[in-house]
Parts: sequence; C-alpha cells; structure tokens
Amino acid sequence: MKLRPRHLFFAFTAYCGVFLGFCLYTFVYARGTSYLTDDPRACVNCHVMKEQYDGWVKAPHRNVAACNDCHTPHHLIAKYAIKAKNGFWHSYYFTTQTFKEPIEITKTDRKIALDNCRRCHAPIVAAIDGTHNNTKRLDCLRCHQGVGH
Amino acid sequence: MEKPSKAYKTLTVGVVVAAVASIAVLALLVNIFERKQESKNPFFRVVELDDTVEDPAVWGKNFPLQYDGYKRTVDMQRTRFGGSQAMPRTPTEADPRSLVAQSRLDEDPRLKTMWSGYAFSKDFREERGHAFMLDDQTYTERQKVGQPGTCMQCHASTYLPYKKLGGGDLTKGFEAMNSMPYQEARKLVNHPVACIDCHDPKTMELRVTRPGFLEGLRNLKAGEGVENYDPNKTATRQEMRSFVCGQCHVEYYFKGKEKRLVYPWHKGLKVENILAYYDEVGFKDWTHKISSAPVLKAQHPEFELWSQGIHARSGVACADCHMPYTRVGAQKISDHHVRSPMLNINRACQTCHHMPEAELKARVENIQERTFKLRNRAMDALVDLIADIEKAQKAGKPETLLARARGHQRSAQFKLDFIEAENSTGFHAPQEAARILAESVDEARLGQVTLRDPSYTPTRTQLEK
Repeated sequence: MKLRPRHLFFAFTAYCGVFLGFCLYTFVYARGTSYLTDDPRACVNCHVMKEQYDGWVKAPHRNVAACNDCHTPHHLIAKYAIKAKNGFWHSYYFTTQTFKEPIEITKTDRKIALDNCRRCHAPIVAAIDGTHNNTKRLDCLRCHQGVGH
Repeated sequence: MEKPSKAYKTLTVGVVVAAVASIAVLALLVNIFERKQESKNPFFRVVELDDTVEDPAVWGKNFPLQYDGYKRTVDMQRTRFGGSQAMPRTPTEADPRSLVAQSRLDEDPRLKTMWSGYAFSKDFREERGHAFMLDDQTYTERQKVGQPGTCMQCHASTYLPYKKLGGGDLTKGFEAMNSMPYQEARKLVNHPVACIDCHDPKTMELRVTRPGFLEGLRNLKAGEGVENYDPNKTATRQEMRSFVCGQCHVEYYFKGKEKRLVYPWHKGLKVENILAYYDEVGFKDWTHKISSAPVLKAQHPEFELWSQGIHARSGVACADCHMPYTRVGAQKISDHHVRSPMLNINRACQTCHHMPEAELKARVENIQERTFKLRNRAMDALVDLIADIEKAQKAGKPETLLARARGHQRSAQFKLDFIEAENSTGFHAPQEAARILAESVDEARLGQVTLRDPSYTPTRTQLEK
C-alpha cells in the first residue's frame, strides 16, 4: 500500500485520541481534580501526610484553617504556582519512593507557613514585633510547633 | 522512491515517541494502582493462623514485611558502647557456631574479679540480636555449671511448649519447665522468640504471655494498691508496646529448689527497692570466691531503668525507638528488625526530635560517655574493696567486721552491675544511672574505710524522706 500523508494524519489523530484517553483516565483515577481544590482530604490521597492530617483534625486550627490556608501563599497566582511546584515534586518522590522519613518541610514552604501565621494573627504579631524592636522576624513555629498538626 | 522512505521514517519516529509516551502514562497508572492497593489491604491472608501455629515462617506468609524485618535481627553491627561484632570461631562438635560476639571479659578483665566464683566469669559476650537468643544460650560456656529449664522463658518461643507441658495452662507449664534441667527443656522448644509470643493470632493485637512477667507485674501493682492486675485485660496499647519487651528485658532471680523465675518487683522497680527485696528474702546468687560475700548478679534491667527515665515519663514506649514506624510503599509498619536506635536514628529519634542526626548521636554518646566513666570509677572502687577484704581475711580480722565489709560489697556490686548489665550505658535514664553508680562508689569506698577504721560511722543526711 502506498503511504500517503493523510494516512499518517489519520494514524496520528487516532493515536492522539487513545493517548488522551490514557491521560484522562489516569488523571481521574488518581483523583487529579481534587488537587485543584482546598479540600484537606486531597493532601492525604497518597497517605504520606496521614499523620499530619490526623494531627490537624485534632488540633486547634481545624475549624479556622485547612492545609492550604497555611501551606500555600495567599495570592492566587503564587498559590497555584506553589501548588504546581510542590505537586510535581511530591508526585515525583512518592512515585519513585525516594523521599526521606520523617518528612521535613522545605525552607521556602516554612517561610510560606510563617507568612500565613502573620497574615491571620496580624494584630498580635504587630504588638509582639513592636516590643521586640528587632530587624529579624521572630519565628512563630519555634515555640508553636504543634498548633497546625 | 524517495518520498515514501521519508514518510516511513517520520512514521517510525512517531510510533516510537507515541509508544514511549504511552508506556510512561501507563506505568504511572499502574504505579498509582499499586499504591492504592497497598493502602487498601494492610495484609493478605494466605494462611489461617491460630493459637497452635508456632513457626514464624508461617506467620510470615501473611506478614512478609514484618517477617522480613524479624529475620534481619541476625545482623551484627557495633555501636559506640554496644551492639555486637561478628567474631569468627572454629566450630566444634559441642558448639557448632562459626560466629560469636566479642567477649566482654576480654574487654574488661575486672568483670572476672566482680563475678569471681560465678559462671559469668567463665564466658560473657556482648548480646546479639533476637535471632541468636536460643543458640547463644544453648552453647555458652556457662552451661557447664548446669543451668535450669527456667532460662527458656526468655531464650525461646515458649508459649506453645508451656501450654503443651501444662495441659493448656501456661503457668503450670512454666512451673514444670522451670524445674527441668536445661538440656531436657531444650528439647521441648524449637524457635527463638516468635510472633506468637507477642501477638494474638486472630487480631494481631499485642499480648504478654510470659508467666514470670505476669506474676512480677501483679506483685508490682499489688504494692501500688492494685490487686490482680492483668495487662492483657487492662493495659493500653502504648503500655503494651513496652510490656511485651519488659517480659524479658528485666532483673530476675531463680527462687528456691524449684528454680521458679521471679521478678523482684514487690517493693518497686528502683534498684534500692529490688535490693531491699533481696535482703528481706535473704537471697544471694552466689558466694564470692575471693571475699566470701553473699553477692547478687544483676541481669539486664532495661525495663526497670527505662521506667525511671524521661522517655518513659513522656509516654514513649520501647517499640517507639527500637521498632519505629517505617514505610514500605503506601504501608506503614513497625520495624520488626529490633535493634539499637543508634543504628536507625532517622526513624527512631527524629520523629520527635527535630534536629540533625549528628546532633542526636552526639547527645546520646555524651550521656553514654559520662555513664561509662562513672561505671569505670565504680568498677575500680569495687575491685579495690574486694582486694581489701581478701587482705583482711588473710590478716584474720574479726568475722563481724568482715561481714560489714561484705555487706558493702553486696550493695556496691549490685548497683554497679545494675548499670553495667543494663544495655543502654545509662541512656534509658541518665540521671538515675549516675545516681546509682555514685551510690555504688560510695558503698565500695565505705567498705574500705570500715576495714581500716571499724569505729567509723558514715554521716547520713536527714534531708531525704
């Protein structure tokens, strides 16, 4: 049979459809959409954060702040940028099973959490910063490590 | 001819790229599927387990990950002050072991003086992992003095043998085996400590099965005002995570002719409580060969010392550090490769202590280094006292004076041995270990002073009590 460009085109289109199907199915099966939401249950899809989730359920912030309120930036674009970045690396390490345990927060993510402490607790933080007259910010989590989970 | 060839080339490249992309997506899909399956089924029941299955390999079919860890207790690895090191030896007919642990007697010959006249001065090696408990007990040189079947309680899986021997009753089987000679009892047991000793075969819940421990705990709780305490009914899961270890990692003695295994906890778990109990019942392990003192051998009071420390106080169980949670795929299991936390600092310590491994290791070794120095001082003092008593005996000093010095030796020696035989070099309760060793030094030196000046009465503070 003589191979014509339109044969190739048909083959390509057909395959694209099949491939898209694979991708869509994988995405749905892996509950991909849940990661676009703020639902804390999305964070325990892969079980690694189970302890943190269990801790949060019992901790004082459970009624006022969910995972994303503390662990992603407040600004919409920055929020999804961080979600994409962390999402990629979490998936990468969980799929390849190459992460270290107990898991530890990264420097950037810790800074995000600290910014969020200050965002909600602005009045009290302002009062503390005022009395400390210090150029270096106090680290809330050094003492209040267990408030989140 | 030119055109189709180019088209075929494009087609080939396209097919390869498409195949690789599909493989990647499908591989990811399968990976996600596997993780989901792992989290759905904590285990697959491939064999039926009940209270008659002793062989851990059978349990291992349902729990391959735990079994895998359990098997790894054959590993021999040193830590700064403990662990074991594989020493090759030529197997003989009487002792087929081709590897043993290093000899503690060669490391510190003062131990021979301390245990003079007792089997421990013949052969005493660093303890190895659980997998070796039965062989190392069977082939130790100490067997030459003829040991009782009592030893089995903690050197073999005895749950089923006790039940068989006692016609279904654990305690009756325990009593029967205690009064057997070791070699006879040895024929009744098949495995080192196994799954069935700590787990209920139906629910996998923790349970304690050692009659000696159950009795010891009952006596301890009775002393605290709780009658008929049964951990299998009332203990919390976290308590059980220490009790299963406390079944064996304790101080004990063999009572009377029937060689009944007794945990001396009637007055409490502290060293002075235990010593007071021994004094009250007039027990001695042996008569010291050099000084003729009625002395005691402390065994391995890990449970007792741990109970006096900050970790116990904070609700941390043995298993939290010695069998920390470990993740295998999407599953989380407790690591059945029971070993020193110093070989697994990441999982054992860092779950609670958020600081670098090197810092944690340094902290532990700092405590152990200090304990070791104090232990050496206490050992020197004890050896000095034994030499002094020997001299006084030769000089024909009065028996009442010698008895007083021997009393000091008994106390100094037991306190020193309590920390020396304990397997954490003080870490399980650092301040308690230091206090006990300081009292040991004091007792030994008091013994020496007494021999030099019989009229000397030590000042005793009235601040305590």
